Formats: sequence, C-alpha cells, structure tokens
Amino acid sequence: MELILVNLIDGLVTGLLLFMLSAGLTLIFSMMGVLNFAHASFYMLGAYFAYQISLALGFWAGLLFAPLIVGVLGAGIERYGLRRVHQYGHVPELIFTFGLALLIEELVQFIWGKNQMPYSVPEVLDFTAFSIAGNSIPAFKIFMIFISISIFIGLLFVLTKTRVGMIIQAALSYPRTVEALGHNVPLIFMGVFGVGTALAGVAGVIAGPVLGTFPGMAFVLGSIVFVTIVIGGLGSLWGALVASLLIGWITTFAKSYNIAMSDILNGLGFATPENMSENPLRDLWTVTSPQIADILPYILMVLILIFRPAGLFGKRET
Amino acid sequence: MTDQITTDPGKPAQRMRAGSLTLTVAPWIIAAIALMIMPLIFQSNSALTIMNQMWITVIFALAYNMLLGQGGMLSFGHAVYMGLGGFFCMHIMNYVEDFGLALPLPLLPLFGGVFGMGFAMIIGSFSTSGAGTRFAMISLGVGELIAACSVIIVAFFGGEEGISGDRTYGLPFFGIEFLKQIEVYYLISFWLILSALLMYLFSRTPVGRMANAVRDNPERAQFLGYSARWVRFYSFCASGFFCGIAGGLFAISYEILTEENLNAASSGVILLVTFLGGVGFFFGPIIGAIVFTLLQTVLSLQTELWAIYVGALFLATVMFFPGGLAGLIMMHVPAYRLGKARGLVVPYIKTLVPAAIGILGICALIEMVFHYRHGATGDVEMTLFWTTFDSHTVLPWVIAGAIALVGIGIARATAPSLKEAWDEANTAGGAS
Repeated sequence: MELILVNLIDGLVTGLLLFMLSAGLTLIFSMMGVLNFAHASFYMLGAYFAYQISLALGFWAGLLFAPLIVGVLGAGIERYGLRRVHQYGHVPELIFTFGLALLIEELVQFIWGKNQMPYSVPEVLDFTAFSIAGNSIPAFKIFMIFISISIFIGLLFVLTKTRVGMIIQAALSYPRTVEALGHNVPLIFMGVFGVGTALAGVAGVIAGPVLGTFPGMAFVLGSIVFVTIVIGGLGSLWGALVASLLIGWITTFAKSYNIAMSDILNGLGFATPENMSENPLRDLWTVTSPQIADILPYILMVLILIFRPAGLFGKRET
Repeated sequence: MTDQITTDPGKPAQRMRAGSLTLTVAPWIIAAIALMIMPLIFQSNSALTIMNQMWITVIFALAYNMLLGQGGMLSFGHAVYMGLGGFFCMHIMNYVEDFGLALPLPLLPLFGGVFGMGFAMIIGSFSTSGAGTRFAMISLGVGELIAACSVIIVAFFGGEEGISGDRTYGLPFFGIEFLKQIEVYYLISFWLILSALLMYLFSRTPVGRMANAVRDNPERAQFLGYSARWVRFYSFCASGFFCGIAGGLFAISYEILTEENLNAASSGVILLVTFLGGVGFFFGPIIGAIVFTLLQTVLSLQTELWAIYVGALFLATVMFFPGGLAGLIMMHVPAYRLGKARGLVVPYIKTLVPAAIGILGICALIEMVFHYRHGATGDVEMTLFWTTFDSHTVLPWVIAGAIALVGIGIARATAPSLKEAWDEANTAGGAS
C-alpha cells in the first residue's frame, strides 16, 4: 500500500514534467498545425542555461532567467526561421524543426562538451520532505510538483479568463477573422511560440538536476512528448494533462512492479517450455514489465491512433 | 529522368506524360557506364567502401522518396524496413551457411525486399488511412517499438551486439565467391541500377501517378473514384520492398546488423538525405545520398564538428531552397532553354566565390573556438587548411575574422547584380 503511494508521487512528478513540455507543444500545434520537433531541445537548452547561470548567480536566478532566455530564443526562431519556411507548407516546417533539433544538440555539444554537467539540486531544497514506510520523498520533488501545478493553473487562467487569452484562443481557430478585427496575429503566434518554449525551458531548469544535464536529454524525452500530445488529442490542454499523468504513472508502475510474462502466460494456462534456450519464443517468456516500461507509451499511442485517431480529448482528426 | 514530378500550378504548359511508361534511355546508360568505370578511377579499398555505402544509401533514399516526395507521406521510422530486411537476409545467410542451401548470394536482397514489403503491408494496413501528422506519428511509434524490441527479442535481433554472418560461405555464383570488395561493389551497382529503374517505372505507372494526385489533393482523387488509402498503401508497400533490398545489400556489404540500423537516428538521417537532395525530382535523393555520404565520410575525417556543418547546411536548405539540391539545379533549366545561362557565369563567380571563402573563414573561427575550449591543456597547436599555428595567439583569429568579413562583405555587395543577371537570364527576349 505504501509502495503504491510512493509510486503515485513518483509518477506524478514524471507526468507533470511531461505536461510542462506537452502543454507548450500542444499550444504551438493548435496554432500552426505543425509539431515542433525541437521542443525537447528547448527543454535541454533550459537546463544548460540554468546550469550556466547557477554557476554565477545561484539556482533561483537560473530558474528565473533561463526560461526567459529560452523563450526569447524560441520567439526569434519563430520570427526568422519558421515564419519563412511556413510559406512552403507543413512538411518543410516539420522538417525544419527536425533539423533544428539536430543542430541544437550539436551546438550544445560544441559549447558544453559531451559529458554530463554537475548541475545539482540547490542546498535549500536538498533535504527529505517526509518519508513513507522507509521511502524518503525529497523536497525537490515536492517543489517540482508545486511549480508544475502553479504553471498549469496560471496557464488555464490566462487562456480562459483574460482578454489576451481570449484573443489567443480566437486566433487559434479563426486567424483571418481575428486579423480582420485589427489584432496582430503573427505577433500572437510569435508570442505563443515564445511562451511555449519558455515553458519547456522551465521544465528543463527543474528537471536538469534530477534527470541529469547531458546532450542526450532532449532525445530521451523528445519522442515521448509527441506521444503524450497525440494520446491526449492534438491541441487539447486537458488532454495533454491527462495523457502526461497517464504515461507518468504507467511507466513508473511498470518499472517498480516486476511482472514477468511467464507468470501471466502460466496464469493463462500455458506451461513453461522445458528447453528454454532452444525455444524460438524464449524472449517472449523472459520479458518482464520493467523491460518494456519505456515502450508502453508507444504501444498506447499506436493503439489510440488506430481506434481513436482524435486522441482522448481531441476534437479533430490528426 | 529530368521529368519533373511535381505539378506546379504556375506552369500550366508543362509537358505531362501521365501514365505512360516511356523513358529517356540516355541518362540510364550513362549512369550504368559511370557505375562500371568508377572503381577503375577510385581503386583504393576505402573508396570502394564509401561507394558501396553511397549506393546503398541511394537505393534507400529513392525508396524513402517514393513516400515523401511522390506520396506526400512523412515517415519518421523508415529505417525499420531497411533494418528488418537486412536482419532477415542475415538470418538467411547464416541458414545457408549451416545447412548448405543452394541459394546464390546475388539473389539475397530479393528476400530482404519481400520481407520488407511484408512488414510494410502489416504496418501499412492501419497507418496509411491518413497522411500527414497521423501517418508521421504512427511511423514514429512503430519505429521506436521495433528499435526497443531489438534489445528485448534477442532470438531475432541478437540483442546489443546484433547479428553477424559471412557472405562467402554460400555457393559460388558463376565462380564468384564475393571475397573481394570489388565483387560486392558490382553486385550493389547491379541492384542499384535495377531498383532505381524499377522505382522510376513505378512512378510512371497509373498507381505512381495517382500517388501524386493523392498527395496534392486526396479529396479530389477520391471523387475520381480512387481510394486514397489504397493508393497510399501500394506506395508504402513498394517503398518497403526497396528499403528491404537496401537492407539486404547492407547485410552483404557489412556482414553485421545491429540496433543502430533500426533506430530513430538512422530514420532521421534518411529524411535529411532525401530532403537535402530534393524531394520534388526523381534524381534528387540520388544527389542527396552522394553528397551526404561524401560529407559524412570525408568531412568527418577532417573535423569533429562535421555534424554541425551538416545540420547548418540542412537548415539552410529547408529555409532557402526547399527544392533541395535538385531543385537548385533545375532552377537553371529555364535560363538554359532561353540560351542565357552563359550570362550567369560571371555574376556567379563574383558572388559565390567570395561567399564560399567567407564561409570557410567562419568555419575556421568555429574550429578555433572549439580547439580553444576543448583542446587538451598545453596543446596550443592546431592545423587548419594545411597550416599549423598557435590557437592561443591573436593573429590567426584576426586573419580568420578578416577573411570571413571580407568574403561575406564582397558577396553581399555583388548580390544585387547577381539578382539582376538572374532576372535577365530568366526573361524571354531582349538583347543577350
């Protein structure tokens, strides 16, 4: 029972982290109709910038400034790169972001090298918040949960309650009409792109100390973020939240409970073959749930795309 | 071979030979002769290896372009089909070795192709119901799944170390045992010509033509009575077949296949190659594969930073020349037809040579920054462009900076006259 609680918290942390990335990505998607492949790269940049700033000014300055820099960078890339490619159509746009992701990874390696950076949890938060049946929960995890939830509430408030949010929502669905009403739609797009990348930057700042700050961190999380927003339904903020939490919990539980395939097959009435090393299906028998934990989201995504192409909460077909 | 595949609405008078199987023979004969005499010019073993890799990439890129360029389907997991074909061929190769099956090696890629097509049929049965994001995401998901499975299913994929075999244990094929690199080269060249020809002919069949129609306007194609889904499915299976052939050739050439042949990085590379070459023309991926393999093999010997340059080149291509290198070449066809291409030569030299020198200057600066930051302590000497100097003194930086500034400056100054010459060369009539 206690283990379930610990896993719930761990899954929540992973899920909320994913949500910070997927929230920005799904906003950008509903705006431009294009998946931003470089989104996780901005997350990585957030972590690296925060590390560099924390060397000089400490963790909190990094938390404040790194997302700002990332956001400005993202807005600049939208203004001078993506907007230019937009005229050629969707596929070149997608390919542009894909190339951008490659280039950012190379640039990070160029500047900071290939090794992991010693970016660590600040001392103020480096203690055990509480423990459940001997499993200690570090305070930093609670801090991560707190930051992500406040960002979600803030985002929801801005999008649904303020005038700016209304204009953004209108511009997402009817850009031409909004433009005719006298709003600067390209500027709105640039702003949304900037905010979306800044959110990814925040995620990088708070994930860097826990998951490690290394050049492959964008690649590790990159495709999972797409999976998240596809499962949740492209363009849906709530869908992104639900899918992020779902993926966070599924992978955490699959990793911590060692369910072996042989047990399931035995339970179904199949007998374990005696000569295992010669059996062509031997790998099926030896599979355990921690082994396949990382590919469960992909299986889920393919199934969702086959049976419910709009995603869990999506309104339009992808 | 120079037939444009894209239908540009701006050029209504374009010659269309829809559905006809006619083809210009000359480029194919030239290509075949070039393939035959290449090893006579470049005789070293490393050159042969590079060329083998190049031709395999060409087949793979052409097969990929059947989807991306001709069918408008963006796949992020296409290395899977090549990799699976390769793995299957490797198993057959080992089977032949163990049981002495009478299967000549040159036929092996065919089995890879059939296996690749079989797998494409399974995946295509549900992924081709939509193009666009849905197709791209399913391909990404399947790609990740198979790449992950390669570590789990050890019986087929061999786990971390992959599976390896020996191509020479099979029966000799007319006395050829494929011991030497050159024999493998001719085998690959044969398959290259054959599959390129078949892929070209496929693009001329009614199915290939309908693939273009479905790419441009699926709704309208459906009103004409064609199922967009089935047209996509056929393209997908055909693409899987040729990917499998490329995989089989890879197995023969390298005699080892690992998880690396299946993963997302390989899938990304082939997208890069194809787009760099140009998706709008049949021969685009060929150029892309040749240029990319050269960059990959030659440039990576020169500098550790080659991936940055390739990435920057790729981004520049997407931003400024979405038609890729092939599009860049074909841009000059109207001027050539008007007989004014000669007027472009001088302005080109005036602008592009300084620009190239300026870019080299920037590259030198990048290399020096990299050396300054990451070189071992005390190691202050570096060699760049055949000159050895001390990267911790001011002079080289000033020189490289000056070269970059002057080169780019001249290029910027002469760019307007190039634009003028370009407009002039593309205008019919007038004095020239």
